[in-house]
Parts: sequence; C-alpha cells; structure tokens
Amino acid sequence: MILPEVNWAAVMPSVILTVVGITVLCWELWMKEQDRKYLAWLSLAGVAGAALFSYTLWGRNESAFNGMLALDAYALFFNLIICLATGMTVLMSRHYVENNELPAGEYYALLLFAAVGMMLMAAATDLIVIFLGLETMSMAVYVLTGIRRQNVKANEAALKYFLLGAFASGFFLYGVALVYGVTGSVKLGEVATYISTHFSDGAGSPMLLAGMVLLIVGFGFKVAAAPFHAWAPDVYEGAPTTITAFMAVGVKAAAFASFVRVFLLSFGALHGQWEAILWALAVLTMIVGNLTALVQDNIKRMLAYSSIAHAGYLLVAMVAGGELGGAALMYYLVAYGLMNLGAFAIVVAVGKKGEPNEEFNDYAGLGFRYPGLAMMMTIFMLSLTGIPPLVGFTGKFYVFSAAVKAGYIWLAVIGVLNSVVSAYYYIRVVVTMYMQEGEKQVEPLSTRPALATAIVAATVGTIMVGVLPAKPMALARHSFASLQKPAQTASSTPKKDQAATSTPTATAPSKTPHH
Amino acid sequence: MTQYIPILIAVVLCGLLATLMTSASRLLGPSKHTPVKDEPFECGNPSSGSAWGRFSVKFYLAAILFIVFDVEVVFLYPWARIFRQLGFFGFIEMLVFIGILTVGLVYIIKKGALEAV
Repeated sequence: MILPEVNWAAVMPSVILTVVGITVLCWELWMKEQDRKYLAWLSLAGVAGAALFSYTLWGRNESAFNGMLALDAYALFFNLIICLATGMTVLMSRHYVENNELPAGEYYALLLFAAVGMMLMAAATDLIVIFLGLETMSMAVYVLTGIRRQNVKANEAALKYFLLGAFASGFFLYGVALVYGVTGSVKLGEVATYISTHFSDGAGSPMLLAGMVLLIVGFGFKVAAAPFHAWAPDVYEGAPTTITAFMAVGVKAAAFASFVRVFLLSFGALHGQWEAILWALAVLTMIVGNLTALVQDNIKRMLAYSSIAHAGYLLVAMVAGGELGGAALMYYLVAYGLMNLGAFAIVVAVGKKGEPNEEFNDYAGLGFRYPGLAMMMTIFMLSLTGIPPLVGFTGKFYVFSAAVKAGYIWLAVIGVLNSVVSAYYYIRVVVTMYMQEGEKQVEPLSTRPALATAIVAATVGTIMVGVLPAKPMALARHSFASLQKPAQTASSTPKKDQAATSTPTATAPSKTPHH
Repeated sequence: MTQYIPILIAVVLCGLLATLMTSASRLLGPSKHTPVKDEPFECGNPSSGSAWGRFSVKFYLAAILFIVFDVEVVFLYPWARIFRQLGFFGFIEMLVFIGILTVGLVYIIKKGALEAV
C-alpha cells in the first residue's frame, strides 16, 4: 500500500478557504441577527489568508499528490486572481446580502467553497481532479445563482444553469474517458508523453481527437464561448449581481486556467489539430458577443454579452499560444477581472432593495447627481472598450500583438474590429449617464463603505495596472514559464496497463477533420 | 481487455441466475389470482392511486440527506477493509471526513430540516 505523499503547501490555500467556509456556515447557526456582518469580515479574512499563503509559496515548482496537483507559479498566479475575485465579491456583498435578505451563512460559505473548486481547477494536473474542481465550483455557483429563492428570474437562471451545466459536465467527462481510452492515463504529463511518442506527426487518432473536441465543449461552456454561450445572458441576469461578477471573473479565470493547462501541456503536440477549432471559436465568440451586446437594454445582459466577447479575446491569446500568448492571456484575465468587477460593483451600487435599476434608462443623469460614481463607471467602460492608458487597452495590446507575432494576422484584425464595435455599447452607458435627464436616486456610498472600497480598489487597479503593466506582465510571463517546464512527477514510470490498453498506433490512418 | 473478462462473466451469470429464479417461480409455483394479490405492493398499505402524482418537496430533501450519509457508509467500508495498512494516517483522514459530514448533520438539524411537519 503506497499512499501519495501529503503536500500540505500545495493545498493550504484551499484548506484555509474550506475551514473558514465551514466555520462561516456553522457560526451563522448560533449568531444573532445583527452580528451577520461579521460573516463577511471572516470570509474576507479567509480570502486574505489564502492569498497571503499563495504569495509566500511563490517560487516553488513541484508536483504534489502523485502528480495530481501542481504547485507552480502558474497555479499560484491563478490563486491570486481567484482570491481577488472572491475578496472583491465579499466586499460587494456585505450590504447587498443584508439589503436583499439573503441567507448570509450559506451565501459566504458557498462563495468560499466555489473558490476552493476554482483553486483546485487551476492547480490540477489530472483530468479527474480537474473534473472534481469543476464540479465543486459549479455546484456552489448553481446554488448561489438561485439563492434569491422568491425571485422567478433567479429560479429560471439557476435551473437553466444547472441543467445545461450538468450536460456540459457530461461532455467533459466523455472527453476524459476517450482520452483515457487512447492514452491509458488521466495525468496530463503522461497524456502528453503518450501523444508525443505515439502521434509524433501531430495527426492524432479519431478517438483521441473526439476526446479532445469533447473537452473543448466542456471548457467552452464554462468560459461561455460561442456557440456554448447561450446560458450566460439569462444566468447572469437572474443571478444576484454580486454573484454575476463572481461568475464572470472567477469561473472564467478558473476554467481558462485549466483549459490552457490541458491544451498546452497535454495536447501541445496536437496543436495543429485544435488551433483551427479554437480559431473559429474565438472569431465566433467575439462576433456573437459584441453584436448581441449592441441591442441589449439591460446593463447586466449587456455585461453578460460583453463577458462572452472577452472570452473571445482570451481565446485569441490561447490560439496564439507560446510564452507570449500564454502570458498575455494571464495578464488579460487580471485586466478583465479588475474592470469587470468594478463595473458590476457599480451596478450593485446603483441597485436598491426591490428596485434593481438594471436598465440603461436607470443610469440617465447619474453623471450630474453622482459625479464620483459616474466617473468611475466611465473609467471601467472605457477600459472595457480598450482605451489607453487603462488596463483594458494594455491587455488587448498584449493579446493582439501575441496573435500577430504568432502569425495570426487575421485573428488580430477581427479582434481589433470587434473592439471598435464594442465601443458603441460601452460608450452608450457613458452617454446615458452624462447626456440624458433622469431622476433615479442612489443610496449614498458612504452608507456602504465595503462596496465603496471595492469600487475604489477596482478603479485604482484599472488605472495602475494599465499605466504600469511591466511588473504584472513579468509575473505573468514567469508564471506561464513554470507551466512549460513541468516539475518531474514522483511516479514518472510508465503505467503497466498502458501497454495492455488497445490503442491505435501512430501508423494507423487517421482522419483529420479540420484541414 | 483480458482484465474485463471476470466482469463479463459476472454480468452473464447474474443475468442467467435472475432469469432462472423468476422463470422457475412462474413455471413451478401455483398461480392463484385474487384482487388483493394483483395490487401493486406498497409496503403492505392499500395502494392509493398512480405513482405519477405530485410529491411534497420535503421527500426530496429527506432523500438527498439520506444520500449524503449513505455515501459516507460507502466510503467507510473500503476504509475498514484496509484500516491496518492505512495506519494512523488513515484514521485521522477518516476522522476529518466524518467530522465534515457531522458539521453537515449539525447544520441540517439546526436548520430544522429533520423536523416532522
């Protein structure tokens, strides 16, 4: 009986979040009604602890639990993004939960559990562990989506998300099964070794390609890439706004973390096969996201389609691949996280109890009555459009320059054209705020200090990371480099049953459907 | 593929045995129909209508809580089987697992999910 060695460092951020989550869940049972606010602070402390721990682990590059998890800069970088998304969401939720009478204990506990799943996804180097992380994250988010139980739209959103999500998980699992059937392993490193030795021509076999495509469907659903995006607008609209922000940033970051790790690490040798698929997905996602966002009258739906469009830009970086593309993707996720969390925080700020104020018309005239709030919303909208010197511009610059350098000129051209289209609906918010009359009253931010902190932090981040991109970009490059040089797993010996599994050999004729 | 042959044999044997038992009782047993015997069996209660009616959502809750503790037992059996090999580490590991489930139990009791309504 050989037990895998326990590497506490690799799971410590997740353990911290799990323990804090369970504490929050139990504490709420015994606490007085007016003490609920401490749940938010405890959750925030947990997130800060996990982030600090991830930070102290920086520089380590090892494989843990028999090659099921990686403790590398790549995972830690994503840990920090996830902690950023969760921490900001907690700050936004502090008064939102109270005003909307949401069950605070469950809310914060589920938020932390979802973050645990995301961290697991980012660090997993084993398809089964990726699936576990995916489900841990998704289950919590399904419940959070429908946590406003009396709200019809929330119910619709939760049910749609759950049914479609379960279906997508099925696709993902089927893909894992086929990949395992061909390569005889679910460990990403072993899959990579098998593919590079047996399919050195980069053609693959029909079964392997089918598995790969099913994995693309599974990941494509989670990152909301067209044509697997149909759930996103309804779910984003029905979910509580804070959870929408969390989904748009956290879920997308975690899914991309795993997507990139699987495809660049395991299927790196089959790059010629999946780049065409992802190229088409990227173009479709950008076009569908941006064109549909043009006609939305609800801010949350508009931001949902905008997040689809941003998934397209991220796919561009992924297609570009290489050190530059990977680093650009990670930088863009930070950029997207900062500006999107900020934009959603403003939507939370404008909303009131029983009066969500989510239509474009509700923003009319905000610029005169609440200049600070409107100014920060303007900054987020300009950044999402990609106006220099804000972080959205730098992010897009890195993504498109990576695409051009990798030879995907047309992809970059389509991406830039899409950014131009997106200016219409982002600027429309600004125009509505400053050039239309309206009387909507907003509860002053001074009564909601936590939310104000989140908005100001996002604004500062959007400006600072955009003006001084060198350091975060260097971090992203360093993190991505750790992915390219994976640590040796303890059990790098080939599996015994690998030879016994009937697999088509490299010489077998294989159809390549995408050339 | 050879390692799957025992499974195939087990599946075939089980199928044969089940067919044998049901067909033997049908062929050999006396067949006397009475109205009571022809009713679907519902734990000894007289049946009350079709099974496709609407259920209270509380049954769903009870079922899902049952699954949680059912799964716990599923994990306990293989653990007990290799308890000695796992040693002290396995003991602590299982304590943590049961501890987390106990938190769940405390939570549902405190929330009143097990109250009879």
